[in-house]
Amino acid sequence: MANAADAHHDDHGHDDHYPGFFSRWFCSTNHKDIGTVYLYLSMFAAIVGGGMSWYIRLELAEPGIQHIDDFQFYNVLLTAHGFLMVFFVVMPAMIGGFGNWFVPLMIGAPDMAFPRMNNISLWLTFAGLGMLLISAFVGSGVGTGWTVYPPLSSGIYHPSAAVDFGILSLHLAGAASILGAINFIVTIFNMRAPGMTMHKMPLFVWSILVTAFLLLLALPVLAGALTMLLTDRNFGTHFFDPAGGGDPILWQHLFWFFGHPEVYIIILPAFGIISQIVSTFSKKPVFGYLGMAYAMAAIGVVGFVVWAHHMYTVGLDVDTRAYFTAATMVIAVPTGVKIFSWLATMWGGSIDFKTPMLYAFGFIFLFVVGGVTGVTLANSSADLVFHDTYFVVAHFHYVMAIAAIFAMFGAWYYWIGKMSGKQYSEGLGKLQFWVFFVGVNLLFFPQHFAGLAGMPRRIPDYPDAYAGWNYISSVGALITAIGTVLFFVILFRTYAAGSKAEQNPWGEGATTLEWHVPSPAPFHTFEDQPDMSGKAPAE
Amino acid sequence: MRNKLKTFLPALIGAMLTFGPAMAGPAGEVRSAPWQMWLQEPASPTADRIVAFNAQLMVIETLIVIFVLGLMAYIAIRFNAKRNPTPSKTTHNTLLEVVWTVVPILILVGIAVPSLKHLYFADRIPEADMTLKITGNQWYWNYNYPDNGDFSFDSIIVADADLKEGQPRLLTVDNKVVLPVETNIRLLMTSNDVIHNWALPSLSVKLDTMPGRINETWTRIHEKYVGKTIYGMCSELCGVNHGFMPIAIEAVSKEDFEKWVKEAQQKFASDDTKTDDKVRLADAGATR
Repeated sequence: MANAADAHHDDHGHDDHYPGFFSRWFCSTNHKDIGTVYLYLSMFAAIVGGGMSWYIRLELAEPGIQHIDDFQFYNVLLTAHGFLMVFFVVMPAMIGGFGNWFVPLMIGAPDMAFPRMNNISLWLTFAGLGMLLISAFVGSGVGTGWTVYPPLSSGIYHPSAAVDFGILSLHLAGAASILGAINFIVTIFNMRAPGMTMHKMPLFVWSILVTAFLLLLALPVLAGALTMLLTDRNFGTHFFDPAGGGDPILWQHLFWFFGHPEVYIIILPAFGIISQIVSTFSKKPVFGYLGMAYAMAAIGVVGFVVWAHHMYTVGLDVDTRAYFTAATMVIAVPTGVKIFSWLATMWGGSIDFKTPMLYAFGFIFLFVVGGVTGVTLANSSADLVFHDTYFVVAHFHYVMAIAAIFAMFGAWYYWIGKMSGKQYSEGLGKLQFWVFFVGVNLLFFPQHFAGLAGMPRRIPDYPDAYAGWNYISSVGALITAIGTVLFFVILFRTYAAGSKAEQNPWGEGATTLEWHVPSPAPFHTFEDQPDMSGKAPAE
Repeated sequence: MRNKLKTFLPALIGAMLTFGPAMAGPAGEVRSAPWQMWLQEPASPTADRIVAFNAQLMVIETLIVIFVLGLMAYIAIRFNAKRNPTPSKTTHNTLLEVVWTVVPILILVGIAVPSLKHLYFADRIPEADMTLKITGNQWYWNYNYPDNGDFSFDSIIVADADLKEGQPRLLTVDNKVVLPVETNIRLLMTSNDVIHNWALPSLSVKLDTMPGRINETWTRIHEKYVGKTIYGMCSELCGVNHGFMPIAIEAVSKEDFEKWVKEAQQKFASDDTKTDDKVRLADAGATR
């Protein structure tokens, strides 16, 4: 690799020689630039997807129909919100953005293994996002929910090409993710600096490695299912149509065989980020490093054998449901190990409560609250009252959605100095954390009560009894929106007037390799390979 | 909004004080009440078990959250940089790691054993006294009584404008499902179009109506619900009017059920239940 890096070095002659605007941002093969574009793609999608959710909460603030009198449009909004947040906000930011930026830096590699494939991944993701946005304007849009269950998604009930656009959008995003996953796996296996053994890799790199394997195994299943749905809709096949000998439940098995690993794809990189932040600001190495790494691997493995807990009410055999209940509960054990190891890392530490650490603290709280309600939902028996209620909405937003967003905010504050060379304002950052923390809890905690009381998901209007909790929830959504605007204010302020970031702004706790290169990280890094032999795990 | 807060605070305090199994809905009706924080009152043997089981789960989970929050609070106070300037270097404690692996396993086993018992209890009833066949349609339910003369009728939401005094919005239907109390009822479900879900929170019944399949479960309504109406809503996204296909069961005594069956056989004998109208809104005049 040293030779390749040298050759590259000679091409450009100088570290800081940047290509012109178009070739730098559109034809980029540089992991840092690609990571940056991914982050802005994610922020754009977050504004669109978040805007949809705030519009939904506006409608749900009071009983009756106030703003959205076209219920198909309501369904289109909630479907697009799900797709955008999962495929175009969290995945591009965590894996494409922070993964691209910091996996090579953390393992001492000059770039990703396949820089051009990296570029293809980025632009396929853009194309997927474009297809998804187009689908909202074709016919009456995709009003199927992000699960796209046939027969509702079949040609009879969604006759326009909108669902086809949605399918192709996921195909493109899926292909992008598969290519990205291959890139990460090859990079992490082959391009580690000398002495950077697997058991010395920072936990963020471990989390991306496990995530890449999940992507590689889960997404082809989704692609197969999507193709079957596409031919059902357009070429007269009957994979999911009982009238032709097909089975709607087959779709659900295939979808959730992808869909459940997908939620770990979303949360595992968050685990990695939180481990880095907790260790840095506690000024301590991660407690039980090997346990943490293998807990993630265990979560990845078990995540593939629990998919039907999303399908407890479809009429599965009772023995099947008993198996999936037991298997699902198993996941609580490695996730518990993660939580307790983070607490043990902080225990005895000398903790600086800077903004990233506040977000890590917030993440642990959200993940525990969402995690314990997950134990309730793991029970097929309890699911008889909880399935498809707001209790489920509250659960997965806590454990996966806002937990992931907290990790992303934490990561942004943690690494923005390294990425931009400018440091955010600590006071504003803390203010943004508190506004956002209060907002999301006010938004999602009352939904537990609405769900316990029996309020179903995905309805544009609700019986009057649920008005109270929904009103509080919408107030929380407003506060969350303010917190989001504040984040963008901080972002612009950082670029416009941020103080100059030091190479290592966090002090003795920040030991990983990205803090050994200048801020902002130069266009090319590690042209001379760092030697990690004989050093402690880079934690 | 001040009104909402006025009802909210007493309800919140009441709920915290009692933490009872359920907060009762309006008299004569089994549905959720404003500011309800708990499951709906259980009206079947399955629901009795599920409500009790959920209470156990909530206690365990609340304790876990409080435990972790307590640790976090202690860490924030004791191990911040001011109070503890020199970090320790401890990164391993085998005993601790074994404990926090084994204790969760024990808790989970403790949860799984009753959970699976309830699951098998809720699944099927070997000897049913009668059968109700439920067919989901976009966007109404069709009910069939195969053991009582095989008559069928549709049950359609009553539009807001046609509601009579006291009828709950979005829950009122033209023809309620009439079912006898203290009777083992086999429930068979299917769909004519997309997937719907026939869900009654207070009976702990929730099962998809799946095109091309017949799903089976059962219920038994407790004696004390005679004369009460039990409400539910479709619980699987089924298209444009998913939020507008409620379920209403009228629980009656066995004698009244026999009487009703005789009337219903006449009333619904010529009813055309196979309509293809996509949206049908009944007026309240058709309410039984």
